[in-house]
Amino acid sequence: MSRPTLFALQVLVAVVCIVLWQVLSTVPVFGKILLPPFFFSNPFDVFSQIVKWFASGVIWKHLGITLAESILAFVIGSLGGVLVGFWFARQPLVAAVFDPYVKMVNALPRVVLAPIFALWLGLGIWSKVALGVTLVFFIVFFNVYQGVKEVSRTVLDNGRMLGMSERQLMRHVYWPSALSWMFSSLHTSVGFAVVGAVVGEYLGSAAGLGYLIQQAEGVFDVAGVFAGMFVLSAFVILIDYGVTLVERRLLVWRPTASDGRG
Amino acid sequence: MSTPTAVALEDAKVAFRLGDGRVYTAVEKAHLTVAQGEFVAIVGPTGCGKSTLLNVAAGLLKPAAGNVRIFDRPLAGLNQDAGYLFQADALFPWKTALDNVAIGLEIKGTPRAEALPRAQKWLTSVGLGAFAGRYPHMLSGGQRKRVALAQVLIRDPKILLMDEPFGPLDAQTRQVMGNLLLDLWNADRKAVLFVTHDLEEAIALADRVVIMSAGPSSRIIGDWRVSLPRPRDIFEVRLDKEFHALHREIWSVLKDEVMKGYAQSTQAAEAV
Repeated sequence: MSRPTLFALQVLVAVVCIVLWQVLSTVPVFGKILLPPFFFSNPFDVFSQIVKWFASGVIWKHLGITLAESILAFVIGSLGGVLVGFWFARQPLVAAVFDPYVKMVNALPRVVLAPIFALWLGLGIWSKVALGVTLVFFIVFFNVYQGVKEVSRTVLDNGRMLGMSERQLMRHVYWPSALSWMFSSLHTSVGFAVVGAVVGEYLGSAAGLGYLIQQAEGVFDVAGVFAGMFVLSAFVILIDYGVTLVERRLLVWRPTASDGRG
Repeated sequence: MSTPTAVALEDAKVAFRLGDGRVYTAVEKAHLTVAQGEFVAIVGPTGCGKSTLLNVAAGLLKPAAGNVRIFDRPLAGLNQDAGYLFQADALFPWKTALDNVAIGLEIKGTPRAEALPRAQKWLTSVGLGAFAGRYPHMLSGGQRKRVALAQVLIRDPKILLMDEPFGPLDAQTRQVMGNLLLDLWNADRKAVLFVTHDLEEAIALADRVVIMSAGPSSRIIGDWRVSLPRPRDIFEVRLDKEFHALHREIWSVLKDEVMKGYAQSTQAAEAV
């Protein structure tokens, strides 16, 4: 299928959904409106709400807060994950001792931590950052741990036979291998950073996209809830696109699935 | 002997402790020397421990008994006089071909600005001058072997250890690589220990062919001198009468071991 055709079909799906939604929520079918406006709103109202947010400029502050929280959560969580992952992979004894606790904390649904973080760190951005960090940390940690442990035996031996010292092995073999694993989980970890931020805001805050959605829900403003959801989706897609660009630059050395050779 | 001995394995024995506590003896009392400038090929059936022996010479494995001497000094730790060409892919996948070759020098402290042009020169001499910017996954199997060869040779090791380096390649590429290796080797005649399961390849390349018996507890059971004139061309040397006579002679010994090795591996498979 050619690219324009594919794009046209993709747009068609959106158009059909929106038209159906608009029709079913405004035109009665057999004397009954199938999507009552109180529960489903309608595309027009949702769209005008989004326009109003952008026109008045309110939305920028919320987007900015959510973005800041996501970035902080991602940076801190990744840094911690890389350091601890590296440490555990190079010190099997440490890894063995902490193993049950790591599993325990990872098994915990992170949402239950939100109230504790709100209590410890207040309702500002740091309680959201903390929630995002707990999500991002484990993804990066497990990937880096795996990455360092699964460095090819032959590549390691080759490094040694070429005369690499432990420090040089670290820099030329372990480190790139760990980073490549970290970057392969980049989409997931960035996604989780946003999830942490939004869920945190939703559960208690004074600003951010999660706060907007929660406020609208509080006054049964369904159009506001949907508008918040659409803005959030667009926000995540934009971030994901950014990640793809970064990835393409950093992982040029990796074969892609469509690459037949090797 | 006037030429010094580059590698000497003296009654080396290699044993591994298996998971269930038993001890598996891979190689028993191997006695093998490689003189400076000599190209020695080790041939043996699958699983006879020829790669194990190579790892002992490299210092990657410690012998359970016996001595390893490199230029008449006992080997402690890794053999830093040796370059090792692995059977599997051993290039750093996150480095370009050029960086993969240059790293051999950079490790020794050569500044990057000086290492890169020299790496480029080596890439050119293995026929990959135009592929410097490619990552390993963008190269074919044969091209990756060429890069690996340049990576090892740029450090100018006194000894070359090669573990079935051309094993994964197709027949034609192997011959081309064999000729390339001989050309490069002819320039300065390093001591080479070359492991292969391909007798023809061994005779075509080497000065001496050493045969190992089927494992476990394999031993060295034969040592032939190949007096075909050098420089050789792998394609042509195979048509030589002397080549055929030698091949027949060695094969008569090797054949029994190959059958034994085959029988043992099928028995082992049935036992599992």
